[in-house]
This record gives sequence, C-alpha cells and structure tokens, in this order.
Amino acid sequence: MPAKALDARALAALAANPGCRRRAILDGAGVNKAALAGALGSPSAFGQSQFALVRGNAFEAKVKADGGTELLRLAHEKLDRGSEPPAEARVPDLTAQGPQGRTARTELALREAAGAPGAWTLLDHPMLALDVAGSPAFLEPDAVVVHPDGSWTVVEIKSFPLLDGAADPAKVGAAARQAAVYVLALEQVAARVEPAPRVRHRILLVCPKDFSNLPTASAVDVRKQRAVTARQLARLTRIEEIADALPEGTCFSPDLPAEQLTRAVEAVPAAYAPECLSACELAFHCRDRSRAEGAVTSLGRPVRAELGGLTTVEDVLAAARGEAGDPDDPAVAALRRAAALRAEALGTASREVAPCP
Amino acid sequence: MTAPATPAVFDPGAEATRATEAILHDTLHGTARGVVVDSPPGAGKSTLVVRAALELAEAGRPLMVVAQTNAQVDDLVLRLAEKNPDLPVGRLHSSDTDPYDKALDSLDHVRKSAKAADLAGLPVVISTAAKWAHVKGVEPWQHAIVDEAYQMRSDALLAVAGLFERALFVGDPGQLDPFSIVGAEQWAGLSYDPSGSAVTTLLAHNPGLPQHRLPVSWRLPASAAPLVSDAFYPYTPFRSGTGHGDRGLAFSVASDASAPDRVIDEAAASGWGLLQLPARHTPRTDPEAVRAVAQVVRRLLDREGASTSERSPDPTPLSADRIAVGTAHRDQAAAIRAALAELGVTDVVVDTANRLQGREYDVTVVLHPLSGRPDATAFHLETGRLCVLASRHRHACIVVCREGVTDLLDDYPSTEPVQLGTLVKFPDGWEANHAVLAHLSEHRVTWRP
Amino acid sequence: MSLIATLARLEAVSTGRAQPAATVRHRHLSTRPLVFVPLITAGEAGAPLGALVGTDRDAPRLLAVPQPRDRDLRFAFLAELADVVLPYIDGFADVVEPAERSETDPETGKRVKVEVELCADAPQLIVPSRAGIDLVRLLGRSTRFRRTAEQDPETPFPAPPRVPLLGRWLTHFGERARVPGSSLLLAMTDVLGRHWATGQSSLEDQHLGALLAWIAPPEGRSGAEAAQEAELARDAAGQLLCPPAGPATDPAFDNRLLAPAIERYDRARTALAAAEDGLEADDRLGALTAAEREIRALVASRTRPTWDAVWQGLDLLRELPEGSRVEERWTRDRWSFTGHRDRVASGEPPQPRRDDAVTAANKLATREREQSRLEAQEALDDPLVMAARRLSGEAFAGEVVDVVMAYSESKRPSPRPLVTVRTDDGPHLGERARAYRSLGGKPQTVEFVGYEDGPEGGLLVLRVLDRMGRGKEPEPGSVPEKGDRLCFTLFEHEPRGGAKLPDPEETPWTHGGPPGEEPAPEPADQVTEEDIL
Repeated sequence: MPAKALDARALAALAANPGCRRRAILDGAGVNKAALAGALGSPSAFGQSQFALVRGNAFEAKVKADGGTELLRLAHEKLDRGSEPPAEARVPDLTAQGPQGRTARTELALREAAGAPGAWTLLDHPMLALDVAGSPAFLEPDAVVVHPDGSWTVVEIKSFPLLDGAADPAKVGAAARQAAVYVLALEQVAARVEPAPRVRHRILLVCPKDFSNLPTASAVDVRKQRAVTARQLARLTRIEEIADALPEGTCFSPDLPAEQLTRAVEAVPAAYAPECLSACELAFHCRDRSRAEGAVTSLGRPVRAELGGLTTVEDVLAAARGEAGDPDDPAVAALRRAAALRAEALGTASREVAPCP
Repeated sequence: MTAPATPAVFDPGAEATRATEAILHDTLHGTARGVVVDSPPGAGKSTLVVRAALELAEAGRPLMVVAQTNAQVDDLVLRLAEKNPDLPVGRLHSSDTDPYDKALDSLDHVRKSAKAADLAGLPVVISTAAKWAHVKGVEPWQHAIVDEAYQMRSDALLAVAGLFERALFVGDPGQLDPFSIVGAEQWAGLSYDPSGSAVTTLLAHNPGLPQHRLPVSWRLPASAAPLVSDAFYPYTPFRSGTGHGDRGLAFSVASDASAPDRVIDEAAASGWGLLQLPARHTPRTDPEAVRAVAQVVRRLLDREGASTSERSPDPTPLSADRIAVGTAHRDQAAAIRAALAELGVTDVVVDTANRLQGREYDVTVVLHPLSGRPDATAFHLETGRLCVLASRHRHACIVVCREGVTDLLDDYPSTEPVQLGTLVKFPDGWEANHAVLAHLSEHRVTWRP
Repeated sequence: MSLIATLARLEAVSTGRAQPAATVRHRHLSTRPLVFVPLITAGEAGAPLGALVGTDRDAPRLLAVPQPRDRDLRFAFLAELADVVLPYIDGFADVVEPAERSETDPETGKRVKVEVELCADAPQLIVPSRAGIDLVRLLGRSTRFRRTAEQDPETPFPAPPRVPLLGRWLTHFGERARVPGSSLLLAMTDVLGRHWATGQSSLEDQHLGALLAWIAPPEGRSGAEAAQEAELARDAAGQLLCPPAGPATDPAFDNRLLAPAIERYDRARTALAAAEDGLEADDRLGALTAAEREIRALVASRTRPTWDAVWQGLDLLRELPEGSRVEERWTRDRWSFTGHRDRVASGEPPQPRRDDAVTAANKLATREREQSRLEAQEALDDPLVMAARRLSGEAFAGEVVDVVMAYSESKRPSPRPLVTVRTDDGPHLGERARAYRSLGGKPQTVEFVGYEDGPEGGLLVLRVLDRMGRGKEPEPGSVPEKGDRLCFTLFEHEPRGGAKLPDPEETPWTHGGPPGEEPAPEPADQVTEEDIL
C-alpha cells in the first residue's frame, strides 16, 4: 500500500490527541486514514468546499503577485522594521524534479541567500524535509522569507479574515501549529549551514483585511507550538515499541475485508474523545467503538474527572444506584449522593414544590 | 572594551541592597510616573513595600497603598506599625462585619474608618483595591504603592488609578494570574484588556517605565531557588540568599522506616521529597493521598523537628504554625483538614494555592494538582498554581503524588486557541510541570499504603 | 461538569432519551420571536448565501443570493433582511410603560430618580446555533459602517438606505447575547442544551438535528440511532438527509449542487448581457430567472429543515414552566433594548469597532455581575440546579428541629433567634459563615454558629440576622419554625454592585489617558472591487 506522505497539518494534528496510540502508529506508518475509515464503513466527514478552495488560491496568488512585493512589505512592516525596506527582492526559481529534488533546490536557495546577506529573498512554495519517526516527511510552506540580516521567517497565508486586527483564535491556533512544523524543519536546514542562520520564532500570518481581499498580516509567536510539536515528534519515534506489541503480520491496507481490517485497527488501542471528530479521519469509527464499549469518555474527557476508577456507563450507573461499587470509594459515595439529590429534585419538581420560593 | 568582569562571588546581600537602592531612588527621585518591581517568591517584597512607604512618608509625600485582599492590607499595617509605631496610618475598610484584623485595634497610631474623608491628612492610608474603587471626589494622592500588582486585574487598576499621580507597582509575575468568571476573548489583544493583569496594561501604555527586579529569594533555600527560578522564571532568574549549609532541619525522634518518615528525612536532607503512591485514577479527594498527606504532617509534628537558619543561632522548633499543606481545590483542602483532625492535628494551615499566595512556612506538604487525575486540564497545568505550591517553604517541600503524572502530561492535548496581539506567557505549564517532576523524582519514596 | 449533570447524560445513554437538566425554563421566550436561519458561502468570511426569516412558522420569508460574490445582490439581500427585521423591531419600540431610573444629577452630583420610558416588551431573535450568533455579529459589523447615498453622495458603492441601521441593531443583539442570562438573541442549541442532557457530548450537541433527536426521538427509535442518522445519513446522491443548521453548508452540497447551479446562473447572466435584441433578451431573461429560481429552491431545501427544527425546539421549550425569576432578567433585556432604541433615536454614531478601556471594563463588570445573578437565580428557581449546588457544598437543605429565641447584646436588643437545622448535605461552612434563604423572594441572612454534635452529626445551629422587622419581637412568619423544610445557600442571591468607573474622558494614564479630541466618526470600511461581504 502506498504510504500517505505526512503533511504539516497532519503533523500538527498529532498534538490534538497525543495519548492516542492508534493515531500515532497509523500516522507514523503513513497509513491513509481517510481511505481506511472508508474501508471500515465509517467514512470521515472531512471535505472541502470548492468555493473555499478557489477563494484560498485566489487570495494566495494576490498576496504573492508582483514578485511578492506586498508580502515582503508586510514582512518588513510586521517583523523587521529596523532593516532596509525591500526594494528589489530575490525570488529564486525552486522548480525541480520530485520532492527530494525540490528539497535540495530549496536548501541550495537558502544557502545562496545566506552567502549573500543584506537583501530580501522570497522562497515561494519551498520544500522542506523533516525527519518523522525515521523517515522524511516533505513539507511545503506557503513561503519562507530571508531577511537582510540572514534570518528566516515562515509565512502562512490563510483566507480567514483579520477583522479589526483580531481573527478566529481556533484558526490562528491551527495556523500557528502548522507553522511551527515548518519552523522545526527550517531549523534542521539551518543547522547544516555555517554559520547557522536564525530561524525566527515569530511567523508571519497573512490574511484578508476586514471584508476586503486586501492582504494584511500579523506576527504570531509560535515558540509554544514549536515546543509542543518538537516533543510530539520525539515521542513518535517510540512507535516501534507500539508496533512490537502488535500481532505479527498486522496490516492496515484498505483493500482487506472490513472484518479483517477492523481486527487490525482494534489491535492498536485508541483514546477516543469527542474532540477527535474535528481532528481525525478515523473518529467516527472510534466513536462507534467507544460507544459500544460504553466508555464514559465518549461523552467528553471532563466527564471522567470525578468518576475515579469507573470508566463505563453501566459501571457508573450501577454504582450510583447502589448495585455495585465500594461505598467507601469517594467516587462511589459522591455518585450515590448525586443520584439521591437528583432524584429528590426531580421528585420535588413533579410535586411542584420548590425548596426556595 | 572594559576589563572582563571577574567571576565575583555572588553576594546576595549586596545584590539585593543594590536593587532596593535603585528602586527607592527611582521611586523617590525619579521622573517616571510609575516604577515596576518584579519580585520572585520570598525576595523581600513586603520589606520593600514597608521601606518605600516609610521613606515616602518621611519625605512628606501623602501615600495611598493598594493591596488586593484584606489580609494583605492588615498584614502591611501591622508591619508598618512594627517598623515605626509612631507613624499615623489610616486603615480604610469596608462596611461589612469584621472588616479588619482585630489586632489593629491595639495599635495607637492606626486610625480605622469606612470613609476616606475620616482618614484625610494621614501620611499613609491603606486599603484594598475594591474599597479604593469606591473613593470618589477627593484630592489625588501624590504617591501610591500597588502591592501584588500582577494579581490585580486591569479593570481594578482603571478604577483606582485616578486617585494617585505616581505609583510604585510591586508583585510576583510567577504566581496565579487574575481571572474573570465570564469570557473576555472579545478584548484579547487590546492593550487595556480589562481581564488582563494591571501590569500588562500599565506597561503597554507606558513602555518606558523603569522596571526592576529583586534578585534574591530570602525564603527559598539553596535547594529550591534554582529549580523554581529555572522552571517558573526562565527569563528573569534569581538566586537564593542562603547557601547550602546555612539551613538545617533535624528531628529528635528517629525514623521508624515508614514511607512518611523516609520522605521526611529525604526532604530534611535535600529540601525536596516526593511521596509516590501507586498509579490509580481517583476523584479529587483521593482518600489514600489525603491520608498520606495527613500522616506526613502528623509525623512531622511527632518527630519534634527543629530548624536552624541564618535567622538565629539556636534551633527553632518546627511547630504546627511553621507547617502548611497546599492543594489545588477547596474540597481537597477540606478533606485533608478532616483527616488531620482525625489524627488530632488542628492547627496546621491547609489551603489552596490561591490562598497560600504570599505566605511563608518552614515546611510545606503539597498534594500534587495532577495526582490521580484521569486527565490534565488547563487549570491544573497553570504554571502559577504549581509555582505557588512549590515556593512557600524555607526548608523543605514534600509533594504527595500518584505515579503516572508524566504520562498524563505527555497525553495532554495541546490545541489551544491563539489570540492575536496577546503576549505569549512563559513558562509553559507543561514544561514547568515536567521540570518540577523530573527534579522531584530524584527524591522519591514510593509507598503502597 | 457537576456529577448530577454527568449522571443525567449517562442515564440518557442508558435510556436512549435525553434527560431533564432543568425542571423549569430558564430563558424568556417571546410569544412572537423572529427566527433567522442563515446560510453563508464557504471561504468568504460570512458572505450570505441565503436565509429563512420571519415570525410565522408556516410562512418564512426566503432570501437568496444567486451569486454570493456580487456586491449588488448582497446589498439586495441585506436590504430585504432589513425589511423584515427592522419593522419587527420597530413594532416593540413604540409600546412603552413609565419607569424610574437612577441617574446622577449633572448639577448636584447626587443620585436622583428620573421618570423614563421602558419598552413594554422587546424583540427576540432566535438562530439555530452558536455559529448563527457569530454571524449576526459579523453581519452587524459589516453593515453598520456602510454609507448610504443619502449620508455620503460621494461614496463609491452606496448601501441601501436601511442597511446601516440593520447593522447597528444586529450589533446590539450580538453584544447583548454575551451577557449571561440575556434572551434578546438566543441560539436554539444552547437553550435546548441548557434544559436537556443528551447521551452525547456537548460538542455533538452543537448539531441541532442530533440534539433534537435525543430530546424527541421518532416513535420506536432510540435517541442514539436518530442522532447518528441526523448527523451522517445521506441520500443516494450523497447529500445529507438532515442538512447542517448552518450558517456553513455541507461541502458535498456546495460541490455537487450549489456550484453547478451558480455556474448556470452566471452563464445565463452573461448570455442575457450579450443578447442582441428584445426577443432574445426575453428568452434569456427567462433562463436567468429559471437559474435564480433553482438557487432559491436549493437554499430553501437546506434551510427549511432547520427552520422547522427551531420551531420544534420552541415547542419543546414552551412545555416547560418559566422559572419565577426569568421575568426579572427579561426586564433587564427590555432596558437594554430601550437604551439602544434611545441611542439610535438621538442620532448617536454606530457602535465603534473596538471598545475603549472604560467601556470594556464596564461591560466585563456587567457580565460578571449577571453571571453571578444567573447562577443564583437558576438555583433558586430550580431544585435540580440547587441539587448541584448542594452536592458541591454551596447550599444545604434540611428540616428545622429546634428554634430558640435569642437577642442581640445592645441597648435596643433585636431578635437573633437560633435555629437548628438537620441536613444530610455537607456544606463548606467556615467560622461565622453567612448563609441565605429566600423569604418572600428576598434573601434572609443567617450566620453559622456551630455544629450541635460535631461536623458528622448533620445538626447545624444558625443565627438569624435580618428581615424580622424593626420591633423587639420578630414579625410573624419571619422566623423559621420547627418542622419547616428550608434551603440555604452560601452564595448571595443578589450580586453586589461594583464601584463606578471613571468616565471615558477621565481614563487614567495607566490606561492610555483620555481618548483625546472629539472622536471622529469611524470611517467606513475600505471598499475594493472584490470585497467579501
């Protein structure tokens, strides 16, 4: 089965549920989770509207038009006011054969820029390689800017608006996590250059301004996201350990019969929570399983906070009804108290006598 | 080029004096309207506030002091009276019942009133930010001291800033941030976000104000200052005012080899102790952990400890009032109080991190905020909470925790939203928690009760 | 989440039906709400695609934008929306009752009572989901600074006359919706979620269809099945049977149905423009009209199920009796509405893009106060909410087992009776802690004196402190009697008012100082050839 190349979005999404071994091993092994979900009979609900696609591409083209004049102006204004304004920027041609070729071409362009400081350079769709669990993932940022002082900045171009200087925090967060992956990849390149250029930890987020399609930008500090992603990547290398625990010959090919495939997937433990629905292609499959097992976490992670060692719906209800559980366990005691208070309140209400008139 | 600085021996007393002199100089003789002082745990913030207040009073500058809680206000009044019993001080208080500490009644030169007008003309008037906000229609004070300014919300400063012309802002940036009970995302990124900290707003609008830092913690022992500084103040390090041999903790009753005794001895020797219980998911009031905390406290008292320090040549008994227990939640504190009462201990302070802010003890026993939890939450990862709990002690800190917190941290989903224009707060709670755990694991005593 | 709420969700899982999370209705429902079900175009910061709007569940007004990127068509949509929304709002503006309000007399500086008008009722806007509230705000923001030809003859793309006014009202509704307990603008998913606990997560409760499936599953089916079907089931053509409540549409709808229809519309329009004679133009106009009708039908097909769902939700909510303190909160909404009516009438400029320091602080203070009020009032109105507070030690209920008359030690002794209450609850009572019970709708304060036989005994001795009249003997009915079942809260029933903040002109130096000169009216947004909204 052809491995699905990990992109920055997928890498950034690792942080969404780092406790999930299923996701870690499937991503680490390059399994196409969308195809897998379809083959399991619980297709993922991720799709993109062509309107959004067209709009996004049109905006990116506008930002980069005219040799990236506007983009570099924003980089100067938001990140590097002390330097010379970009008058004539270099925009090296980065075309090459295949991802390896493009990666090499990008690295060469970055080295050339490092060798001739004092100017602005714009890398349009460079390609970067990042070592993920032992194999390279090829990443394609929207752009990378080389400043006159030789430092590098990741540029993210998004089509959600910057309205009165503010933007949807969830979307900015996602963009920051994605950019952090590029920062890590750039740092690997920088480490190979002598002297190593500085990779800036404030990235440039370019968005449409208010209700127009004029580009505007904001600097985003991604130090936290960078640290998070770095340690998630470090954890991914432990995949071999998980894989060793799998039955011999486990295979996740979507061509296998659904039953066999389900067995293979179930061999790797998942940590499903409702947040997965917006972050993982397998979420509907895992949700079905989680619900079938009666796991309380299918109702949300916070639910289990006060339940102590009880993890299933039936165990909790049995404990609350007094049919099971150790009454000295404070979780069980609290559940019984809660059940009694709830019953009393519902009973009171049906008699229509409020305790506090 | 000047001559390379010789790696001089760090003289904490001289460093602290230098910082204090600079702060007082800027406060008394500077031209800026504000002076900001960052004070790490136990760095002499209260001493500084008292000294600045006395010097301003001496210079004939009418002074108002803004603190955040009534306890802090009363504490400052008592300290001022201790330093200068003849200085007339006004204690402005609310009209609730028992609005101030009864101890103030015995002070001759402290005048108490719920009306600011009654206190007019006194060289120093002290109250809470909430009470000051109700003071209207008075001549502004020439000077103010704002204490615990990092725990003060921006909107609280807005309400009182019209009352003074210049101010000294003092606080600890590493403790718990102020919070609001409703969402305030709408204003995130604005320089005057009302839910943000007063200091953030102040500096956003007055970036040129002189900023100082107290460089020496007199509370934290040499065993604790480096960890707390690295984990919670990565960009503003501080040192301990005492050396490794300066403090000691010894017990006259020998260890009975039980886990509580062993962790007590480990903490007495190294300054830190981790009493680790087996991994298990529990509700907040984990009875085993609660009992473990209570037993450690009981043994601390039973073993008749005594501490030696730079303060006095003779050992000081480790009495109940020199021990405190810290928790994340109020119900945990209540459960531990009950467990302690069963063991006959009633006079040891047990409280949440929020309420232990600014307090100091010889030994603290902490129920780790993540112990036994099935998942970590932003609340439990908040850096300030752990920082408060890990920085209240002069001699030793014993943490009680279930195994498995490292995995819990590793599994923590990090998909926080990002508000444009807001400052990223460092350190990250995740990193700080890992740093503290890594250090504690070197002082681990495991226990299967 | 409180354990009581958790138990309700688990019981919902186990029974296959949503369980009550409230025994009374905690939000005001208008007898004539305006329901608004909008759709937007993907990728374009809230560019409207269409909407159903109106007060008659059987006759919604359908609005559609056949080419969402066409500025004129968008303006036409907004003008039409204004034609529905503004008359609805105006209908509430003129019916007033006299009321009193405290104001500061500018001459004496004293607080004085002023006679003012208060609108007897207020409009209520209902949208399907929280994202709908965000869109109301976005529409408000995008339109309130627009300039009409009348305001500014030079403006390059003048907005239709009433559109900026619509923007100001939508902005007001959007801001009011941030106040806890307010009901001027409600999201149906939020209100239903407040009153029922489903067997799914609160995240999944954001899907109106799935939420309703749990609350009122079809005959013979479990909530879980019905909810899953509402979320995921598709027809043979790959379209969701229950379209999302919007404003975002399903990508499959965009790609397979909407995009081709818009393309046909664009082609028909180009063809019409290129028509060479009247006859040809007539034909091509027919084709254009047909293409437009097709898009309108598509919009109707995606909004009608949601429209019906919102009304079904209203029916369900109306079956619950209104909490007794809901009316009081609605009065605050009426004040809010009246205040904005007056600001519009007095010719004040539109709400600024960003609040100044004082306004932001005032809004935060109001919302914190209203949050406390809401939490207290919901508990007092609803034993199920109070149960959660009792569980967490913030309230206790019990029976009075003893009353001993006692008096205060002062020259004129006042009654301070000691009441012993037996309770199974475990309130977190500190020394001399205060507790409150509701007495004729007003809080009566007691002070915790001690446990009669230790903390485990469940016998609390309380001293009553107030609401017993002025005389030496307490007024009849003001002191609890043996055998009374009472409920005390440790939280106050009425939030305390905060201190008054300075006027914006007196913003202190710590917060950037006064705003300075008379603020210029906010400029309209820059208009470009290809703007989004």
